[in-house]
Amino acid sequence: MRKRTHRRTALRILVSVTAAYLVLHGNMMHAFAKSDDEIVLRVCNWEEYIDTGDWDEEERIVLDNGVEIFGENPLYEDFEDWYFETYGRRVRVEYSCFGTNEDLYNQLNLGDTYDLVCPSEYMIMKLMAEGRLEPYSKTFYDKNNECNYYINNVSPYIYHVMNTNEINGERWSKYAAGYMWGVTGVLYNPGAVTQEDASSWKIFADTRLKRQVALKDNVRDSYFAALGILKADLLVNEEFRSAPDYTKRLEDEMNDTSQETIDEAQALLERLMDNIYSLETDSGKADMVSGKIVADYQWSGDAVYAMDQADEDDFELRFSVPEEGANLWFDGWVMLKDGIYGSADSEKQKHAAEAFVNYVSRPESAVRNMYYVGYTSSIAGAPSDDTVFEYVNWCYGAEDSEPDTISYPLGYFFSGDSADERYVITASSQQIDRQLYAQYPSEETLKRTVVMRYFNEDTSKAINQMWINVRCFDINDVPLAAWLAVLAVFLLIVRKIYGKVA
Amino acid sequence: MQLRNKSRFGLSRAQLSLPYGLFLVCFVLAPLFVIIYYAFTNGEGRVTLDNLLGFLENPKTTGTLLYSFGIAVVTTSVCLLLAYPIAYILARAKYRHKSVVLMLFIMPMWINFTLRITALKEILTIIEGNLSFHPFLNTVIGMTYDFLPFMILPIYTTLLKLDKSLLEASSDLGADALQTFLKVTLPLSVPGIISGIFMVFLPSMTNYVVLDMLYNSTYIMGSLIGAYFAAYDWHGGSMISLVLLMIILVFTLFTNRYADEDAGNGRGGVVSR
Repeated sequence: MRKRTHRRTALRILVSVTAAYLVLHGNMMHAFAKSDDEIVLRVCNWEEYIDTGDWDEEERIVLDNGVEIFGENPLYEDFEDWYFETYGRRVRVEYSCFGTNEDLYNQLNLGDTYDLVCPSEYMIMKLMAEGRLEPYSKTFYDKNNECNYYINNVSPYIYHVMNTNEINGERWSKYAAGYMWGVTGVLYNPGAVTQEDASSWKIFADTRLKRQVALKDNVRDSYFAALGILKADLLVNEEFRSAPDYTKRLEDEMNDTSQETIDEAQALLERLMDNIYSLETDSGKADMVSGKIVADYQWSGDAVYAMDQADEDDFELRFSVPEEGANLWFDGWVMLKDGIYGSADSEKQKHAAEAFVNYVSRPESAVRNMYYVGYTSSIAGAPSDDTVFEYVNWCYGAEDSEPDTISYPLGYFFSGDSADERYVITASSQQIDRQLYAQYPSEETLKRTVVMRYFNEDTSKAINQMWINVRCFDINDVPLAAWLAVLAVFLLIVRKIYGKVA
Repeated sequence: MQLRNKSRFGLSRAQLSLPYGLFLVCFVLAPLFVIIYYAFTNGEGRVTLDNLLGFLENPKTTGTLLYSFGIAVVTTSVCLLLAYPIAYILARAKYRHKSVVLMLFIMPMWINFTLRITALKEILTIIEGNLSFHPFLNTVIGMTYDFLPFMILPIYTTLLKLDKSLLEASSDLGADALQTFLKVTLPLSVPGIISGIFMVFLPSMTNYVVLDMLYNSTYIMGSLIGAYFAAYDWHGGSMISLVLLMIILVFTLFTNRYADEDAGNGRGGVVSR
């Protein structure tokens, strides 16, 4: 009997401990952190979006300026060491990942707390508008502090974009620090599609390429392409393009979410569904290389990856940014109020979060990330530090023996002065519509790119409904004969079962 | 004999079932109530039937239900048609290593499912050229490929357990092979068929990964729920989940009734006839 009581007590303890653990999990973690005087920084980033180290020795990059780049440990672990050496405090990074902006948003709403996350521009806008973001402190923008790597190294071009865009009267640059950026465009197979065809979003409606083109399984990208096709005549009109307020007007056109336009886009997308091979998220890159499709809506970073893969198979792919205009996107680090102020010491927490952003903005970190991720970093490097530029040169610069070369100016990105002669890459002439162009589009191309704003609640509802309508089978399409057949089968079954009972 | 109330280790049944009970409450019952709550409330937390009406009135959501149903019905039928003869042959055959032969049919299950579908994709591409012209057909092929073992196993098990003396009695009483099959074997294997149908029908209504991987861009129930959640519409998405749950429930009751009757009838019928 005594034995049994013991057992029961043990069981009760087990149950209550489990329950307590489930309930108090979050709080306990904090308690531990506090007792160790260690800051726990909760960072959530896109999957595969930071260098995780573990490079092979032959991957070591030696740049022309003498800088050596080598990823031994994950970047966030290197940050922990750097933070302790620099500020004398211990920080532990709890690094986790999200799959889509919407997933991240849902996670935040379900009660996950993070100090620092890295969503895309439209999600940053949404979080900003909802007042959930913590602005960076004034000291973060102090160029005199050499540990402020972000402000000292960010590309003037990216900083300008973030400084001239506002939500509710507040600049993005106050809340967000650029991480990666790029444009959308068309990845195409030059053996099957001409450059001219690939220079318009209309390629996805081209019936000559029936079932050989792919769009993105994502409402924002597909809607953007649909707008490009619907408004193509206006957008490539010379008068429109030479108007003094061209950028502003282009931005308004590509952010047109009136119900009328949404309806037109729906009709167009329904038509496109019969012309495309698929709506893809990830498979498009492989399908381009294997030749299943000949043109694919792509983000520049993935396009670079696909072109690299194709090169290995001696297969050529190219990238083009349509004349109608394209989407300029970026992902940026933002601090969440919930995380920062929910921690034991919000000041220390914020300091660690800002230091993390600064650490990943070091030119060496930017190069490591670019090498590992394949996307373009927002970091250009301070005027005195040409590491990032040398890396681009290391990737795309032509050999001296190369006969056919072009001069590709990147001053707009690295110094803000497009005529800056220090930042001109001599590359193989093919690079004009290949990796270099995808990774750093020409300044002229960028003039026709716009940021796609976030949809407010009503618009979001309308556009999502539009997307569901495009994707769903319509019950009105079922022919009468099919209905009769179903009815007959149903009656037969009912008769079989109930007939027997009776 | 009365069953012992305690196992050898001195734990009562109630105690032994505690872990599963906890699991059930945490991961089945609690989420179910959350779904019901969301399905019948709106953004302001007020009780409403709008989500249900919204589902029923929208030709696209009901169309999706029908489309999923179509895929599930066709997949299940194809699986049944393929699986029954295989199970029958396997159960009847006098191979010395019957289990090895069975394993050959079950083995695809050991290979990761995305890998299998990727391979299938390439094979179908070789046959069809361009997959995007036949999305419905490809989906059915993919699902059949994926779920076939789930249909073979239960039918095989039922057929294996079938009392041979009933078959002998049938032929003694003058029935030919076909009659024996139709009047004895088939009715007695109904429970196996039904559990097979269960294992195939329900997942094929919602398994949208197969559709995604085989380039079918039409939503089925699973992806539609995902689309609502991705658009932050928890209420609409929960209602669709609930509708799906109700269909499964009705389906279960329906087939249970059928199975019970048939099992009862079948046994009585065979013996009395």
